[in-house]
Amino acid sequence: MKAHLTRRYLFSASHRLHSDAMSGEENLTTYGKCNNPHGHGHNYRLEVTVSGPVDQRTGMVCNLVDLDGFIESEVLSRYNLENLNTLPEFAKNVPTTENLCVEIFEILQRGFLHAHLERVRIEETMMNSFEYSGRADLRK
Amino acid sequence: MVYLTRKAEFSASHYYHNPDFTPEENRRIFGKCNNPNGHGHNYTLEVTVKGEVNPRSGFVVDLKQLKEVMHREVLDAMDHRFLNKEVPEFLTRIPTTENLAIAIWQRLETKLQQAKLHRIRVYETPDLFVDFYGENSEGKAKSKEPTS
Repeated sequence: MKAHLTRRYLFSASHRLHSDAMSGEENLTTYGKCNNPHGHGHNYRLEVTVSGPVDQRTGMVCNLVDLDGFIESEVLSRYNLENLNTLPEFAKNVPTTENLCVEIFEILQRGFLHAHLERVRIEETMMNSFEYSGRADLRK
Repeated sequence: MVYLTRKAEFSASHYYHNPDFTPEENRRIFGKCNNPNGHGHNYTLEVTVKGEVNPRSGFVVDLKQLKEVMHREVLDAMDHRFLNKEVPEFLTRIPTTENLAIAIWQRLETKLQQAKLHRIRVYETPDLFVDFYGENSEGKAKSKEPTS
């Protein structure tokens, strides 16, 4: 029987929203306070949902130790207490939470093979959240 | 179609152990959760039902009735209990959050009169929850949810 399992994690990072493709004025109009050259930070809440048949021997979709270990080594250690703009994936991509969702989804999709990845959701603040479930043409 | 979710809380203890595994395997796979004395959680249960709005009552389901069914079928059996020892499903199944969601679905599915069961969500902690959409579901109903 198939079940969905969701685990939540916390990390903190800073970013600045600025696109080289736009003029200074356009950047300011588009990103407002988020365009502040010194950057600013958030406590991000990351929510990872995986799915799969419940293994009758263990009662689990996947072992949480595996999921927690993967998230710790591949996601939290990469992003926690970092300035996102300094990371290679955001050298050309603006580190919006939309793009961060896609990056984290792709890290999991490439490396986490213990269950089917359903969704990555990130709360940037209590008032806004973003989610990504992969490219529609690749979804089952 | 309108979806309605009712929450409830219950507290219970459990431990993870498969008698077919060796003690070493049990410890390796289940870690601290294998402690036979058990440990506890404050669980939050979310029951989501779906249905058309009754034009006379304006309800998808009579909430009082849903609450009574949840209490009778789930909370009375599981609240302040040791799941492995006191809840029949878990005499033979490991009381993981996955199996808890499945057991609660099976307890409620045939007991609801008006609306149809859509999803059982069980939070073991605020940072860990399981969704179950039924035995024949491939989770596709998810895309029809009003939120998430």
